[in-house]
Amino acid sequence: MKVKVLCRNPDDYVRETTRDIQRVPRNYDPTLHPFEVPREYTRALNATKMERIFSKPFVASLDGHRDGINCMAKHAKSLSTVLSGACDGEVKVWNLSKRECLRTIQAHEGFARGICSRFCGTSFFTVGDDKTIKQWSMEPPGYGQKEEPLNTILGKAVYTGIDHHQTEGTFATCGQTVDIWDELRSSPIRSFSWGVDSFSCVRYNPVETELLASCASDRSLILYDMRESTPLKKVIMKLRSNTLCWNPMEAYFFTCSSEDYNLYTYDMRRLDAPVKVHMDHVSAVLDVDYSPTGKEFVSASFDKTVRIFPKDSGHSREVYHTKRMQHVICVKWSADNKYILTGSDEMNIRLWKANASEKLGVLTAREKAALNYNQKLRDKFQHHPHVRRIARHRHLPRAIFRQKRELREIKEARSRKEQNVRKHSKPDSVPLVTEKEKHVVTVVE
Amino acid sequence: MRRKGVKVVPAVMAGDDNDEEELSLNDEDIISASEDEGGSDDERKHTKLLEAISSLGGRRRMKQTERSEASLQVSEFSVNADGAGEKVNLSDLLGTMEKTPGAPNKTKKQLRNLQNCKETLELPLSKQETEKIQRGLAYDKSSKEVSRWESVITQNQKAEQLVFPLRQDPTGPKRMEQVVAGWKAQTPLEQEIFSLLHSNSQPIHDPVLTPVEEASIKAMSLEEAKIRRAELQKARALQSYYEAKARRERKIKSKQYHKVQKKVKRRDFQKQFEEMMKTDPDGALEELKRMELSRMEERMSLKHQNSGKWAKAKAIMAKYDDSARKAMQDQLEMNKELTRKLVVPSDDDEEKSDGEAGALPDFVNDQEPITDSINPWMRGKLTKEASEPEVNAVAEETSTVARDEGQDKQQEEDEEEEEVENEEEKLLREFDRKRKLRQDEDDDLVLVPQEENKTLPVDGAEQVARKEVAGEDGSKISDNDDEDEEEEEQEVVSEFNNLFNRLMKKSNPVPAVQEQTDGEELLDEGLVRVRTMEDLEALGQDIPVETSRPELVSETGTPSAVSTSEPPNKKKKKKEIDPNEVLTKEAKVIKVPLVPTVVEEEEEEVHTEQTAIIKEAFAGDDVISDFLKDKRKQEEAGRPKVVDLTLPGWGEWGGIGLKPSKHKRRKFRLKAAPAPPRKDQKLPAVIISEKRNTSVAAHQVSQLPFPFQNSTQFESCIRSPIGQTWNTQTTVKKLTAPKVVTKMGAIIEPMSKEELIPKQKSSETKKGAAIILEEKMEKGKRKGSEGRKLLLQQKKQKQKKSKAQ
Repeated sequence: MKVKVLCRNPDDYVRETTRDIQRVPRNYDPTLHPFEVPREYTRALNATKMERIFSKPFVASLDGHRDGINCMAKHAKSLSTVLSGACDGEVKVWNLSKRECLRTIQAHEGFARGICSRFCGTSFFTVGDDKTIKQWSMEPPGYGQKEEPLNTILGKAVYTGIDHHQTEGTFATCGQTVDIWDELRSSPIRSFSWGVDSFSCVRYNPVETELLASCASDRSLILYDMRESTPLKKVIMKLRSNTLCWNPMEAYFFTCSSEDYNLYTYDMRRLDAPVKVHMDHVSAVLDVDYSPTGKEFVSASFDKTVRIFPKDSGHSREVYHTKRMQHVICVKWSADNKYILTGSDEMNIRLWKANASEKLGVLTAREKAALNYNQKLRDKFQHHPHVRRIARHRHLPRAIFRQKRELREIKEARSRKEQNVRKHSKPDSVPLVTEKEKHVVTVVE
Repeated sequence: MRRKGVKVVPAVMAGDDNDEEELSLNDEDIISASEDEGGSDDERKHTKLLEAISSLGGRRRMKQTERSEASLQVSEFSVNADGAGEKVNLSDLLGTMEKTPGAPNKTKKQLRNLQNCKETLELPLSKQETEKIQRGLAYDKSSKEVSRWESVITQNQKAEQLVFPLRQDPTGPKRMEQVVAGWKAQTPLEQEIFSLLHSNSQPIHDPVLTPVEEASIKAMSLEEAKIRRAELQKARALQSYYEAKARRERKIKSKQYHKVQKKVKRRDFQKQFEEMMKTDPDGALEELKRMELSRMEERMSLKHQNSGKWAKAKAIMAKYDDSARKAMQDQLEMNKELTRKLVVPSDDDEEKSDGEAGALPDFVNDQEPITDSINPWMRGKLTKEASEPEVNAVAEETSTVARDEGQDKQQEEDEEEEEVENEEEKLLREFDRKRKLRQDEDDDLVLVPQEENKTLPVDGAEQVARKEVAGEDGSKISDNDDEDEEEEEQEVVSEFNNLFNRLMKKSNPVPAVQEQTDGEELLDEGLVRVRTMEDLEALGQDIPVETSRPELVSETGTPSAVSTSEPPNKKKKKKEIDPNEVLTKEAKVIKVPLVPTVVEEEEEEVHTEQTAIIKEAFAGDDVISDFLKDKRKQEEAGRPKVVDLTLPGWGEWGGIGLKPSKHKRRKFRLKAAPAPPRKDQKLPAVIISEKRNTSVAAHQVSQLPFPFQNSTQFESCIRSPIGQTWNTQTTVKKLTAPKVVTKMGAIIEPMSKEELIPKQKSSETKKGAAIILEEKMEKGKRKGSEGRKLLLQQKKQKQKKSKAQ
């Protein structure tokens, strides 16, 4: 029988003379001293795991509305202020840093359809189902004073959306027509209509500030120039698009959220096919907003999730959901590129981190360096199977998961059928239609 | 048309109640009249007639018109604008012009012309169409306008790092002028001081930058300077490199080297000259003259004529020494060449040669043909099999060699040079072989999964081959000729190779497609919520199962295929199939494709001849046995080795001729456990490398990720570390710089139109204040130093002027 004994050989640790440097025991096992690539690989793996573990995107929930939130707006000059309008016509002004409601206004009877802040941040506009456009001061009224709008315009039809010009005192509304208003006049200075009788959204281009785009109920997207008397162009798609958003850094790109569960990014110079089709949602997409850097956008969907898409990618990089969040109706990306705000059916506004695993607050230089290094490692090893698998894993609620699977099956079946049809018909008689071309019906000049 | 109508109106105006109708009638008449050629005369007559009629019953009609006018157009309160369509027309006003004598004839003529003008205006476009055109125009305009952003956008997309907000005030201390510019003297004391300063025209501050520096900053931005410097550096580096190269070459003492070098130069020159003849005939002529001159010089001088001191010495040696004789011959050759008259080849010849070169592949020209129409392999130096990879792998070298060879043909080479060429070729071939070997090894290492895929189809191919063999077996009368068999072997092998290649090609695109589908960064959305490190570990471990699935499939696939394809072999399944049996014995005779000229009578003779030739051609490479050897070698290498630890002479007698005892040997030879059976044990035509480490494979990337174009790129990317352990601080900072940087708490405004304006302008706006100050400063300066002289001069001038006045 072999007895294992702890043995210490003085030769290993005793110096020959006192002038020698201290002998440090060292393990020469090569597996303990890997080269740079294996080392960095392990680091990357750990970084990915840490990222997943620390990804807790939910920051806060703002409650106080008494009906579903229908529209939201960012304050033009203040990061911490957000405006929201609910389905009962109530408009609230929120302070995000304190997470409290600063002010409540009963702005409209019926829905508050649209809300937008003036470019200087001193006032904001709301439109509602009561056919009025109201301008409100950002400052709360003095003690004992009543909440009164600065200005009220009574229109002939219901307005469904509003957006303000980036630098001038004009704004655009949409309803039965798309109207351009001067702030100082009570009738529109320009009114565009092109055979459509209802619009759901109108947005100014933040870069080329004279351009506008709108979504109409006849499944079309229409472009306008404020200086021209006629609209510019119209694309008709297979299904209606709900909202659209211009890229704030790339003048000619805009993304629209569609009823067919997808989002489409268009180049306004080539409207015959979208530049990219973004798919991942399993129900109608209700709202979309670009990050202020123009690199990504966030979309809100009827399927109770919020997804973040890189602007060039066909699939989302992130999905946010909570048990209590119902249909997400509006979404905004904060102006400092850090947060996402969602307004949903169950009367809450939720604040999310745009980067799920980001550490909030001030970072020391070393922390920053470490984060950058980790990020770079993750990027470098992103194609390695383990890293990729961990980085991509997301939890989904069962319902959405099932629906997703179902959709995938449907899609596969369709493509299989198409293939079969192609196989059994004359060559070239069944043309190959790309995903991009599928969704556009026509472009009307 | 309207004008026509207008012209008649005055005549009709006198008409009764329904004059409108008449008007319209008249209109029609006029249309028809205008359509006629000589309508104007008729009209005049017609009007005259109408006038006559009106004059007949003048009174009654007049009354009627009066009444109607009063009721319709004249009101006691105001003039009614919308009457009964009787607008005042231009002709009403100008009708009197004809009669007034004062009006100049010219204007009258013009008016007449206007009235007689028969051209009709086109109908205006419908509203829809005009709107469409307007929309199109507006869209084009705005899309053009938007396109201005393209450069900015692409620049931002390509940028390594973007810093938001885009317009940030430069941090750090500001220049004094900028600080001062916004400041005003407010307190009375300050105002007083400033007024004093201004009255004395003192410069308020010293310039931070001298005007020269200012100008230089304006002239060249930092980036430009950097680019310029980089260019200069590059040029300098190149220069030094060429200098060094020249020096090195000059230092080389080898005569052989210089000789070769000279030859190359001459060849290059020749080539250049030929090209020049095509492109620049004048230059070529000059060149020709120069050559002629050199020829004349050569003819005049006794150089290269073996009349020098050295030549005489050599002449003595020549009897005994071969090299000396050769040297002398060389000299003479040189002389001959130099004194040879240059013949400008006619165009026809060139074309001919060109045509030949085009029609025939290069290797036809390579060697002096052993004119053998029978043997296809003897035409070229290398068989097609061998040449294909060569082309792929060493395209450059072969092409250069081929070019050289082509030129050799044209130039009628010396024997010596041919020898050199042959040597080169030999070397080349050797290289190729080595390279191929290396590639094979690499393939073994790298392409293991593909090999697994291959196994199945190869079996199929084999089976096909065998079937064909079986079909022809009856008809074929076997020669039992060994050589014949060998040839067949080769054929089969080449077929195999083809199949392999095809399969490789086929098997490659499949993963590519998969990659495309996978390429999009899909999230792996599942029902599992990951919260801890352990969960993540588990996630990581999921993969091998997934990745191994296709392998499993393929493995299960192979036996079934084998079983279906080879029922007779099933019994022997336990035994290892001998590839020799499989491959060689039952091979079929394959017609050599390029033997159409063989006469049938001579077939047998030809056949033997051919086989002999083929044997000769393939004397070196026996592919199958090579393969078998390879396989055996691999098997050997894979087998665990017996470690012999016996020490001869230890514990017993040792010395020459004495071996350690059996007992001892048994005791000290350590046998390892037998290795698990090889995967290719039962696959005769395949070698599956066992080197692949499955535990590592789970961590490796199986497909080339998207932005990379080849595996080396990807590998080099992975290989270069970015951590602090292996890099300096600055490099780490550079390498790990994030792509998007945002400032905390800063609102990122959308891109503004100032972004479009080049940055110089923006800097100007920033420096605006400074510039204004500088102007002031300059004024002050002028007043200060040079200004005094100027002032004096001005004063003098003024005085002079005043005197003159």
